Amino acid sequence: MSLLEIKNATLKFGGVTAVNDLSFSVEEGEVYALVGPNGAGKSTVFNLISRFYDPVNGSINFDGHDLLAEPPERVADFGIARTFQNIELFDNASVLQNLLVGRHRHRKTNLLQEMFFTPKVRREEIAHREAVEEVIDFLDLQPYRNKMIAGLPYGVRKIVELARALASGPKLLLLDEPASGLSVEETQDLRWWIDDIRKQMRITVLMVEHDMGLVSGVCDRVLALADGAKLAEGTPAEVQANPAVIEAYLGVGAA
Amino acid sequence: MRIHFKTSYNHDIRLFEDRFTLLKYAVLLAFAISLPFLIGDFYLGETTNVLIWAIAGLGLMLLTGQTGQVSLGHAAFLALGCYINLILLDKGVPFIVSFPLAGVLTGVIGTIIAIPALRLHGIYLAIATMTLSILADDIIVLTEPWTGGVMGMFPPTIDIFGFEIERWTTPDRFYYLVLAVTVACTLFYRNLLRSPLGRAFAAVRDSEVSAAAMGVHISRTKMTAFGISCAITGLAGALMGYFSGMVNNETFSVVISIQLLMMIVIGGLGTIHGAFFGAFMVAFLPQGLSIAKDWVGSGSVAIPGLETGVFGMILILFILFEPQGIYGRWVKTRIWFELFPFARKDMFKRQKSYLKTERLR
Repeated sequence: MSLLEIKNATLKFGGVTAVNDLSFSVEEGEVYALVGPNGAGKSTVFNLISRFYDPVNGSINFDGHDLLAEPPERVADFGIARTFQNIELFDNASVLQNLLVGRHRHRKTNLLQEMFFTPKVRREEIAHREAVEEVIDFLDLQPYRNKMIAGLPYGVRKIVELARALASGPKLLLLDEPASGLSVEETQDLRWWIDDIRKQMRITVLMVEHDMGLVSGVCDRVLALADGAKLAEGTPAEVQANPAVIEAYLGVGAA
Repeated sequence: MRIHFKTSYNHDIRLFEDRFTLLKYAVLLAFAISLPFLIGDFYLGETTNVLIWAIAGLGLMLLTGQTGQVSLGHAAFLALGCYINLILLDKGVPFIVSFPLAGVLTGVIGTIIAIPALRLHGIYLAIATMTLSILADDIIVLTEPWTGGVMGMFPPTIDIFGFEIERWTTPDRFYYLVLAVTVACTLFYRNLLRSPLGRAFAAVRDSEVSAAAMGVHISRTKMTAFGISCAITGLAGALMGYFSGMVNNETFSVVISIQLLMMIVIGGLGTIHGAFFGAFMVAFLPQGLSIAKDWVGSGSVAIPGLETGVFGMILILFILFEPQGIYGRWVKTRIWFELFPFARKDMFKRQKSYLKTERLR
């Protein structure tokens, strides 16, 4: 059975059909990319999985759970972590605190215990910190550990957001344009990291990306979208050669 | 400048970052404990007032500074805490039970009131909560059989197992009671900040959408923040009742709400220190003004609106020149001395730092 399975999902905003009868599935352990022109509905698909939007019909299954029956806060509990296209970090907190929020789904203490800061809270805090430090080592964020987000450059913020998602220890990682705004070297780093996330951490990755170099470098399968509907699915090379995809990007007759 | 060599994760978790900081707060506490022997009854009373305002400030700080939910309704919760305590005492409940219960019940009622308010943000939330402050006045009059309405209520002498505490005859005992509550509230606050819930508060404040994606239950977190905030405010309200000696429907007016909010903004949003600095400001400003009037030589002439005018002026100046409040100024001054003579003028300008690759582009 697939890890993530979306069947016949349709989402409408008034008269606009953002996602149109879309079905695809992501297998455990693969890197899967969504590509398509602007406004194709890629980020909307992410927001459907995060439960920020309710589809008109269709079903979303993750790891044996029906996601549509759950509120947005529960999605993280199942092991889905995500990043955002326009960075959504907690600006008035340090990098460390941001990553620790990523551990929130593993919170085992309640209000009273935290108020008195019982030994259990301390033990848990240290355990969270150890998990977070592993992510910091993995993504080379040591110099920024105690820096405030508000003063960090764009590229670092992008990586902190990835780190926060990883800190939650997910099964499925949703990356919304992880390479947008990154320099060539940073994109190269990101490529190795995604490779390692898949191979060492055994986390399945679903990403939206425009950088076809990155997509063909790390992805096993690609789904091309246009106007909310599926255009083509297959290996990066197959999708790039597909006439319908070329038409959506470049117009009729370009091939 | 002190440099910390961290050798364990506990180093980042513990209450005081090093022995020097611990020593500083120990000296402060010792000073607070010895205060009744150092100053007269009048100034002891004023200090008690500062501490009560600081507790109320901590309550609002948790909600506004930490969780980002502005409330102009906290005067209503002060009143609620005060009246619950007095009514329980009236029914024969001993102070040692009625006082904590006043906090807990105010917290529970605050949580329930928060449910409809959760859908509102920013200025709309401020307006919605302001109605609470205005309603409180009428509700106190309407429920006259319990609250005494316009005639008001007179808090009885506090009796803890035969140990009597009265604001006028034993101001030192009352001061110690308030000090104990202040220290307890500050410790609880600090503990929350270093645990998952405190971080969830900050997450809700800075980005609700990503907090939800990280598994933070937004409405539950906001309700918890409202609950704890109202509980602390309720305790402050009960103490405020004892301090003023008589409470009626006009004791906790909407002006108190506005003053509380201004207090934490001037003190420095999102910091424990800010609540205390702001409380000093609010409690000593009227005294400072009357001393200043004496000095100018017009001590007996009443100038209507002078206090609010000066207060508003100070608020505007802070928002323009020091948005981080008195605490922000405090930190900057401290760093200036720590680095002396190497502090630079532009050190605290918000500047963008660039990575090497970004500069090349």
